[in-house]
Amino acid sequence: MDEEGSRRRFLKSVGALGAALPAAAAAQHAGHASAKSEKYMFLAPAEVTFLDAAVARLIPADELGPGAKEAGVTYFIDQQLFGGYGVMAKMYRQGPHAEGTPQQGYQSPLTPQEVYRAAIAEINAGCAKQYGKSYDQLAAAQQDEVLRALEEGKFPLEAVPARFFFNMLLENTIEGFFSDPIYGGNRGKIGWKLVGFPGVAAVYTHLVEKHGVPYDALPVSIADILEGKAALDEHGHPKHVLLVRKD
Amino acid sequence: MATKLKPVDAVVVGVGLSGSILAKELAEAGLHVVGLERGRWRDTDPDFAMPHAHDELRYVKRHELMQDLSRETITFRNNTNETALPMRSLGSFRPGEGVGGAAVHWGGLTWRFLPWDFETRSRTLARYGSDHWPAECTSQDWGVTYDELEPHFDRFEYLYGVSGKAGNIKGKIIPGGNPYEGPRAREYPNPALKTAYAGALFKEAAEKLGYKPFPTPSAANSQPYTNEYGATINGCVYCGYCQFFGCEMGAKASPQTAVLPNLMKQSRFELRTRANVVKVNLDSAKKRAVSVTYIDSRGREFEQPADLVLLTSYVFNNVRLMLLSGIGKPYDPAANSGVVGRNYAYQTPSGVTLFFEDKVFNQFMAAGGLGMTIDEFNGDNFDHAGLGFIGGGFFQAATSGSRPIEVRPVPRGTPRWGAQWKHAVAKYFNRSFPITIQGACQSYRTNYLDLDPAYRDAYGLPLLRMTFDRHENEHKMSVWITNKAAEIGKAIGPSKMTVSPRTEKYTIVPYQSTHNTGGAAMGAEPATSAVNKYLQSWDVPNVFVVGASAFPQNGGYNPTGTVGALTFHALQAIKTRYVKRPGPLA
Repeated sequence: MDEEGSRRRFLKSVGALGAALPAAAAAQHAGHASAKSEKYMFLAPAEVTFLDAAVARLIPADELGPGAKEAGVTYFIDQQLFGGYGVMAKMYRQGPHAEGTPQQGYQSPLTPQEVYRAAIAEINAGCAKQYGKSYDQLAAAQQDEVLRALEEGKFPLEAVPARFFFNMLLENTIEGFFSDPIYGGNRGKIGWKLVGFPGVAAVYTHLVEKHGVPYDALPVSIADILEGKAALDEHGHPKHVLLVRKD
Repeated sequence: MATKLKPVDAVVVGVGLSGSILAKELAEAGLHVVGLERGRWRDTDPDFAMPHAHDELRYVKRHELMQDLSRETITFRNNTNETALPMRSLGSFRPGEGVGGAAVHWGGLTWRFLPWDFETRSRTLARYGSDHWPAECTSQDWGVTYDELEPHFDRFEYLYGVSGKAGNIKGKIIPGGNPYEGPRAREYPNPALKTAYAGALFKEAAEKLGYKPFPTPSAANSQPYTNEYGATINGCVYCGYCQFFGCEMGAKASPQTAVLPNLMKQSRFELRTRANVVKVNLDSAKKRAVSVTYIDSRGREFEQPADLVLLTSYVFNNVRLMLLSGIGKPYDPAANSGVVGRNYAYQTPSGVTLFFEDKVFNQFMAAGGLGMTIDEFNGDNFDHAGLGFIGGGFFQAATSGSRPIEVRPVPRGTPRWGAQWKHAVAKYFNRSFPITIQGACQSYRTNYLDLDPAYRDAYGLPLLRMTFDRHENEHKMSVWITNKAAEIGKAIGPSKMTVSPRTEKYTIVPYQSTHNTGGAAMGAEPATSAVNKYLQSWDVPNVFVVGASAFPQNGGYNPTGTVGALTFHALQAIKTRYVKRPGPLA
């Protein structure tokens, strides 16, 4: 298969789409230089900008509430990449390495740290080559096109297969959106509030047979408990505070 | 150079579900027993303490309680035409590591395999004839029957405080239980768990269709319970952090809650953790094990002499140690000879997901094995004539814990990301539930375990190589029984339903189940089994290999109850016969 050819065709299609969109839309989605309390440990500023833009398309802010960017998913990914996950601490790393079949799973010699570093640089370079803009500067629809092309393997990468990077990014984004806030994502328990997940569980013995009754509890995180912000029972389970329903 | 240690009567390799029971019983019977465990000591406090016990990322995605693949993994390929490559990250299955093994993070479903499961080959041939037998299928009779195992199922269920409802007591069918189960001596030790909304809807629909639903038997104890070892297991609080987690309540039965409090008080038992056994040493005639060699956390090598060697680690390590040590003849698929590594099998999970617009299920209020089951389409409980397959599986409306990183079902056709995905997740996270099917998996000439020629572990020893794919029998079975589950799903009345039979090529990537079986299969014939009906090596009779490694094929249930029964079955033979007169028992 002609990877270069398919890359050119893809970039052409994004270019055409980009030209059809008003420049204002792109500006609107440019990274806001808001003050952040997070201290990044692995990601470089350009990588933070890329991920802020990409995760905001994977789980966008909309009428349902904030999205992955607002939930701190970029910072979550930074912390994961700096820790054991990022260096494949519990994974088998010995060679020889071969691509293998899809059924054989992760076979890259690169760690997640290296995968992110290489893939982000390649994606930004590809975007810049086509229209002189990095990924974060593209309009939202163009950003989605790039993500879709990665997902479908039509935006070829050198370091790893494009699908491989896309799946890793999507998986980490979902982790960062729904994991306990102690990891730096799911800020304000945005993800849990979206779906109605109460987080750290209370004792549900007397509730499990209340069939079909909504359980509208204020979610409790591990961080809440460590900070003494949640009342606990004798086993350390939080006592959930139920929200008053308006209907 | 290995340091040679003082001889003991018995050495137990792997202190998990089987190892903990055997060590306790044999120490109490007067043997000096050493337990060698490659992982670390783990207990309810502090290892599974609140609030960190409820951390989905840590336990489900970062595999806190599971095998560290950086030191040892397996290699995998679908067939012999491919080159096996290492499983670099955990996916399809999640073996444990450390004291308690996978029985720390198991889901708690505690089944007895059907009488048919133990006589798969002879009963199939008798009922349907040899034309019905799947091509290349090497499934066989176990050499032991359900009736022989019944007292041992009973003992294990009472040790682990299993919660359930009997369906057949001494041949009498009991309403509310499983009418298809083999006869049992008595009721379960604990009443069934409560019924969640999903289970209640499933029960109603299944009854209307003429089926006999019953509560899934679970080792999440429904009330505080004290077992024969004097250990007290607490009552489940339905927190929903069960499978893949340690239980902060000590309510899910495990070696930690049911056995270790007693075992650790046994004066003739010694536990050595971070002791990785790399070889069972045989005498020059290869007929007797004389010792095991292990390496500790400082890299020191020790030789532990013992009269009796019990291999009780996970399926893969039981088989690998046999291969590394030269215990039994390795299986050769080309010649169809040899036995060690033969009859590796797995599971054929499938299911149906139901979506609703107006009902909420609070599936996060859950327990391992909380659910309602029907068994009409398991084993040979239904007529297979003309269907073109053997086997089946149980169907369960499962309420085993919905945590949003891993469990966030959306209807088929929903994009994987973006605004539409977000809307679907927000809407259906609490408005959906699954009917899961634990489909059986037969064994085949082409599916086996051996030593990998290229990849090595941290000690420089060959990794175990898995060659595996499901066959046409499993795909046909999965399609047929999953459609049956869909009929029940439809009767419940969801707005949308996703039907997912298992028909694709086996992949090691997405999680399916930690139900790997076989490789050291039991049987009545040394030509087709690695161990006899007492789980004793045919070739080296002072070695017993205990665990799901002995299953000649896998049934349509979770395996743990049957592993527990085999453990007590082997124990009885060792205690009452072998210890008095060491030698071959069959």
